[in-house]
Amino acid sequence: MVVGLEVHTELLTASKMFCGCANAFGAEPNTQVCPVCLGLPGSLPVLNARAVELAVAIGMALHCRVGPSTFHRKNYFYPDMPKDFQISQYDRPINEGGYLELSDGSRVGIVRAHLEEDTGKSTHLGGTGRMHDAERSLVDYNRAGVPLVEIVSEPDISSPEQARLYAAELRAVLVATGASDGRMEEGSMRVDANVSVRLPGAPLGTRCEIKNLNSLRSLQRAVAYEADRQVELILAGGRVRQETRHWDEASGETSTMRIKEEAEDYRYFREPDLTELVPDPAMIARIRDGLGPMPAERRAALAGLARGAAVPGDVLDAVVGAGLDGFVEAAVARDVDAAVALSRAANELAGLDGPGQVRPDAFAEVLAREAAGTLSATQAKAVLAELVRDGGDVAQIVERRGFAPMSADDLSASVSRALAEHPAEWARYRAGEDRLAQFFVGVVMKATRGRANGQQVLAELELRR
Amino acid sequence: MSALEIATRVRSGERSAVSVAEETLTAIAARNADLNVFVHVEREQVLERAAAVDAEVAAGRDPGILAGVPVGLKDNLCQTGVPTTCGSRILAGWRPPYTATAVERLLAAGAVPVGKTNMDEFAMGSSTETSAYGPTRNPLDPTRVPGGSSGGSAAAVAAGMVPVSLGSDTGGSIRQPAALCGLVGIKPTYGLVSRYGLVAFASSLDQIGPLAHTVADAAATLEAIAGHDPRDSTSLPGPAPALVAHLDEGVAGRRIGIVRELVDGADPEVLAAVEAAAEVLAAAGATLSEVSIPELRLGLSAYYLIAPAEASSNLARYDGVRFGLRVAGSDVTEMYVATRTAGFGPEVKRRIMLGTYALSAGYYDAYYGQALKVRTVMIEAFARAYANADLLLGATAPTEAFALGAKVSDPMSMYLSDVFTIPTNLSGHAAISVPFGSGASGLPLGVQLLGPARSEERLVAAAAVVEAGRGVPGA
Repeated sequence: MVVGLEVHTELLTASKMFCGCANAFGAEPNTQVCPVCLGLPGSLPVLNARAVELAVAIGMALHCRVGPSTFHRKNYFYPDMPKDFQISQYDRPINEGGYLELSDGSRVGIVRAHLEEDTGKSTHLGGTGRMHDAERSLVDYNRAGVPLVEIVSEPDISSPEQARLYAAELRAVLVATGASDGRMEEGSMRVDANVSVRLPGAPLGTRCEIKNLNSLRSLQRAVAYEADRQVELILAGGRVRQETRHWDEASGETSTMRIKEEAEDYRYFREPDLTELVPDPAMIARIRDGLGPMPAERRAALAGLARGAAVPGDVLDAVVGAGLDGFVEAAVARDVDAAVALSRAANELAGLDGPGQVRPDAFAEVLAREAAGTLSATQAKAVLAELVRDGGDVAQIVERRGFAPMSADDLSASVSRALAEHPAEWARYRAGEDRLAQFFVGVVMKATRGRANGQQVLAELELRR
Repeated sequence: MSALEIATRVRSGERSAVSVAEETLTAIAARNADLNVFVHVEREQVLERAAAVDAEVAAGRDPGILAGVPVGLKDNLCQTGVPTTCGSRILAGWRPPYTATAVERLLAAGAVPVGKTNMDEFAMGSSTETSAYGPTRNPLDPTRVPGGSSGGSAAAVAAGMVPVSLGSDTGGSIRQPAALCGLVGIKPTYGLVSRYGLVAFASSLDQIGPLAHTVADAAATLEAIAGHDPRDSTSLPGPAPALVAHLDEGVAGRRIGIVRELVDGADPEVLAAVEAAAEVLAAAGATLSEVSIPELRLGLSAYYLIAPAEASSNLARYDGVRFGLRVAGSDVTEMYVATRTAGFGPEVKRRIMLGTYALSAGYYDAYYGQALKVRTVMIEAFARAYANADLLLGATAPTEAFALGAKVSDPMSMYLSDVFTIPTNLSGHAAISVPFGSGASGLPLGVQLLGPARSEERLVAAAAVVEAGRGVPGA
């Protein structure tokens, strides 16, 4: 199986690639448009300097050569392309020849990572939802002209799992550079897979391009399905046809979208409205200096904090992917066990919405209290959930929720009451029936509505036995 | 009255801009039906704008060097809310929501844009006969063409409707009509005037420039509209050159080469005009010599690949989806085809097909790619010529104004009208056409002065010498 991935990522710029319109997801249709991104007659593109900086950052993170580049027009008619051509890079992309190291230690080559503009978004009403049989088609041009970087891998990927690891790692890198939010579900990172199969050592087979891969899981499943389909086709005496195929998540199958009988002729030529892009060496140096450690390095650093204790790879991925390194470091600085800190960060903070309102020092405080035994695991998680949602001061939350530890006297009094209420069980415990300790812990917990510390109750029981 | 005379009087309060505007509107009303010069005039807006200029003067402020000067705008220049059709049915009724930088700068200099002038459809033509709104006639002889594609802008000045107008020059579209209508026309250095708001024909060649009776008016107008614009990535850095200040500089000591390839094949009267202009320049102290730049002969072929190639892409957006004409079809492809079939005229279709072909896989190298190489060769040849010359001299057009209909059915002979002007567009340099001499029918001819990039100061000074040598301006 030979797989190469083409990943498009929207860049986190304030404005679009060639005009001043806002680059933001989710606005009312056709409210973030102007003469330039609508391609009105007479309008001209002006390159967004921030988009160039982010493209350079991506190139450096992927170990590419960053150099002078040019823009071309890719000509084809489609209603969501305002000018009926897309401004892209062709024979001289801004970034060429790099690689990405995956979390399994393998390395995938990067052919290029070039700048281009996004198209608008079409919605087809009636029929099958495709343009050709729609009753009406609507176009939202808010996305038209949003800056993209297209990252093209070498066909170095040889399994569905590796394809997923590549996309996951690339996403983490894009997030780490600040170039992208990496949200596949919102379409800000889009993956197309080129899949072919061959016998070992044989020349490359005919490839199919798979589109509509909206999650890492879809990618892995689609690549596996497509490779199997091609193998079965060949074993049955058939031939793979070069085409674009659509992944259907529900049926778990790919199906023909477009047959590439003759390669589409995009009539590429130099975009005469833009000059050669020569990145300023000072800008490149500034970006290089500002680029923090990449995910692979950060995973290694976090694993190092655990001092040899095994930490699951997906926990490290989750923490690095959500940018929570600082949270874990803050907790470890307070002598919290690194494995616990990583696990809490991965499970309690790295959800869909990220760490929300919680700050690293607050996270460390909660875990330190848990480690000291003044908060139970359940309480710690509850406090973290509130911090993520609303932020705030740990001590105040603990106080308000009644999680503040009981004084020794109060605890002692609670235990005394429990023994008085259950004299028969107390007698059996004293006679050596150890398992009744848990019974008394439960009684005290219930009476104190969880404020008592279980360990301290046990210690008290032992003292009085 | 020249533009600068009008501005002087309006600035001093001697004349009101409103009275100038009324005169202009009257002149347009008198002859537009016969000549078909303006395709759109915003009467109320013109008077309001003129009144605003007068109010500035009354308030003691200076409206600018073009205060109260009525200006015609070629119909490919956008002005907010004013119809812009590019001489095409496909843009019928389209009103841009923004104003071109060149027009904004005219307004900032106190000018009063009066309306949109007729043009060859999308500036593709040399006679203003390919306009969907009918041909414009030459005011000096209404049986003849005014040249093109900025024929309406030329005719508006030649007919005395406005003292100055703006055109665009992709292969000679300012200079050739200027020559055929007895006017001064400047094709500035590529990037000197912002193209923002100029509807594109061939983006790497297009440049906005003035047409006027006098070199001084043309120079003042160019000075007003030139200078860096951040909205055009190909805009040259720096402010506008001080052209008016250089008008009287003369040509003493200048080396001027008469280019054989820029007169070969021209009418005898055109040759005589170029020789006479050379004598005027020599008498003023310039050193004249004859030069040959054989590479210029390749210009026409290269141009008719590069310009259509860019146009095929620039004109793709006229698809009926977002603005302009839409002709319904059973699906989107049929809608595209129906819209573009009905919306574009034959010359535009011819060039879109030519350009699409030149860029196609399998043909790119032989056509478009080869034309780019020729373009480089020409730029190098010009550079060698300018090593020994400060300016070059030649004809603007091979003939005087020709009869309406004479060339419209023969594209090749029409394309040859621009053979002397095209090289300057390919090189990105500057050139100016100055009226000088007359043809067999007594119609005016133009001579062309060419200079390297950013040589406009030198060019207007030399043009002023030629102008003075032919007698009274505007006569």
